[in-house]
Amino acid sequence: MENALGSIRDKSWKPTWRTALRLSRPAKDRLAARLLAWLTMAAVASVPLMALALYLRARPILSFKPLTELLLSTAWHPLKGAFGFYPFIMGTLWVTGAAMAIAVPPSLLTAIYLAEYASPKTRALAKPLIDLLAGIPSVVYGVWGVLTVVPLIERIAPTLDRWLGYIPLFRVDNPTGYSVLAGGLVLAVMVFPVIIAVAEEVIRAVPQGLREASLALGATRWQTVKHVVLRRSLPGVIAAVVLGFSRAFGETMAVLMVVGNIAQVPHSIFDAAYPLPALIANNYGEMMSIPLYDAALLGAALILLLIVLLFNLVSRLVLMRVARSE
Amino acid sequence: MKRCKAEECFFKALMIGSTVAILGSLVLILATVVWRGLPALNLAMLTQTPKGGYYLGKEGGILNAIVGSLFLALGATVLALIASLPIAMYLNLYAARSRQAELARLALDVLWGVPSIVYGAVGFTIMLWLGVRASLLGGIIALALLELPIMARGMDEAIAMIPCALKEASYALGATRLETAWKVVVRQTAPALLTAALLAFGRGIGDAASVLFTAGYTDRLPNSLLGPVASLPLAVFFQLGTPFPAVKERAYASALVLTAIVLGISLISRRLAGRLTEHVIR
Repeated sequence: MENALGSIRDKSWKPTWRTALRLSRPAKDRLAARLLAWLTMAAVASVPLMALALYLRARPILSFKPLTELLLSTAWHPLKGAFGFYPFIMGTLWVTGAAMAIAVPPSLLTAIYLAEYASPKTRALAKPLIDLLAGIPSVVYGVWGVLTVVPLIERIAPTLDRWLGYIPLFRVDNPTGYSVLAGGLVLAVMVFPVIIAVAEEVIRAVPQGLREASLALGATRWQTVKHVVLRRSLPGVIAAVVLGFSRAFGETMAVLMVVGNIAQVPHSIFDAAYPLPALIANNYGEMMSIPLYDAALLGAALILLLIVLLFNLVSRLVLMRVARSE
Repeated sequence: MKRCKAEECFFKALMIGSTVAILGSLVLILATVVWRGLPALNLAMLTQTPKGGYYLGKEGGILNAIVGSLFLALGATVLALIASLPIAMYLNLYAARSRQAELARLALDVLWGVPSIVYGAVGFTIMLWLGVRASLLGGIIALALLELPIMARGMDEAIAMIPCALKEASYALGATRLETAWKVVVRQTAPALLTAALLAFGRGIGDAASVLFTAGYTDRLPNSLLGPVASLPLAVFFQLGTPFPAVKERAYASALVLTAIVLGISLISRRLAGRLTEHVIR
C-alpha cells in the first residue's frame, strides 16, 4: 500500500500493467469475491441455458408440427418429414422400467445391509468396489452386454416362452436376444451404484436414538429396520430410486449396443426397442443433410434433458430437506 | 417370536445375497472384458495407428484412439479444474451457508444427472454457433461440461470437511479469504482435490456419447485443436459394429485397454491421496 502511494508521488511514475495489477490485499479479495460469484452463477445459469440452446435449435420442428403430434405419432420417416417420437419415448420407458424392476430390490437390500448390518470391515471392502462399478465406462458395459447378456437371453428365451409365453409381457417374437430385457439388465447394473450410494447415506443419517428406542422396546433388528429406519428414511430412499431412474433414462451407449434399435412400440420384454438417446446417437451423422432432421434430434435431446432435469430437481430437493431435518 | 426370527433370517439372507450378486456383477464384467480382450491384445495394437484395411482385419492398432482420448480427457480436466476449484472455494469461503450456495449446489447436483448425450448435443449447438467443426476443441468443451459438476461437487465436499478452526486461525492472522483459500485450504485438501480431479478425468475418458457429436473420429494422431480426434470409447463402439470377427476381437481388446486405464486411474488416485499429505494438518 505504502509502496503504491510512494510511486504515485514520484514524478517519474507511469502506469504500467504491473502497477495496475498491484491492488491492495483486501481489494484483491473483494475482486475475487465478485469474480467467483459470477463464475458460480454462470454454472447455475448453465442449466436453463442448455435447455434454451436446445430449444432454439429445435424450434423449426416445433413450429412445423404441433407438439401433440410429435409426441404421439408413431410415423418416423425423416425423408418424408414425418417425425413421431412415440415409439422412441415408449422404448425409453420400457427399457428404463425393466431396469428399475431389476435394479431396485437388490440395490435397496444392499443399501440396508451396508448401512445397518455389515461390519465396518465389510463396508470398507464393499463400498470402494461398488464405487468402481460406477466408474466403468458405458461402452464397456455395452461390450459386456453383447458378450454375456444378449447370448444368455437368446439361450433362455425359448424356455421362458414355453413356460410364460401365454402372458403377453413375456411372449418371445424376437429370438435374437437384442431386447428390452437385455437393455434393462445392463442398465440395472449401471444404476446399482447410484441407488446404493444415495440410499445408504440416507439410511445411515437416521438418528441413532430412534434405533436404540426401538431396540429397547424389544423389537428385533429387522423390525427396527422395517418399522423405524425405513419409515423415517422413506422420502430419501424414494429420491435415491428416482435418481437411479433418471440416470437410466438418459444412458446412451450401453443401451444402444444391446437393445436392438427397431423403431416400434415394444409389447414384450423380449421385443427390440429404440430408446430416445440411441436415436440421437445413431443418426447424428446424417442429421445435417435432411431438412428438419437436426431440429427433430436436438428436440429429442431437449425432451430428454427436461425429463431428467425434472426428476433430478425433485429428488435433490427431497434429499436436501432430508439432510436439513437430520 | 419364532416367526420374527425366521423373517429376520430370511431378509438377512436376501440382503447378503443381493450384495454378493452386485459385487459378483462387477467381477463378471471385469472377467468378461479381460477374458475376451486379452487374447486379442498385442503390442502392435498399442503402438500403431490404423493402417489401410484395418477395419477389414488388416494391420494396425488403436494408438490414435488412445492418444486422442488422453488429449480429450486431459484438456477437459484442465478446463473443468480452472472452473471448479474457484467455484468450490466460493461455495465454502465466500458464500458459506447462504441461499446462493445452496442454489449453486442444487444446480451442480442437477447438472451431474444430465445425460452425457445431452452434453454432446449442447456441445454440438455451441459448435454450430461458433462455426467449429467436429474437433478436439469441441470434444474438450463437451467433456469439460460433463466433468465440471463431478469435480466441483467433489472438491466442494472435500473443502467443507476441513475444520473451522483452521480457517479461523488463518483469518485471525490477518489473511484475507483469498489468501486463506490458496495458502491454507488448497494445501490442506490437496489429496482430496486430486482425487476429485482424477475421478472426473476417469469419467471423461470413458464417456462416448458426448464426444460422438463433438470430436468426430480420425485414423491419424491428433495434430490440431481444430481437427477431428479419435477416442477409445468410440474405437470400441465402431470396431464392434463391423461384421468381421477379427475386428470385433480388437473391439474387446480396446475395451480392455479402456477399462485398464480407468481402473488404473482410480487406483493411482487412491495411492496418491495418501502421499500428498506433507502440508496437511490433522
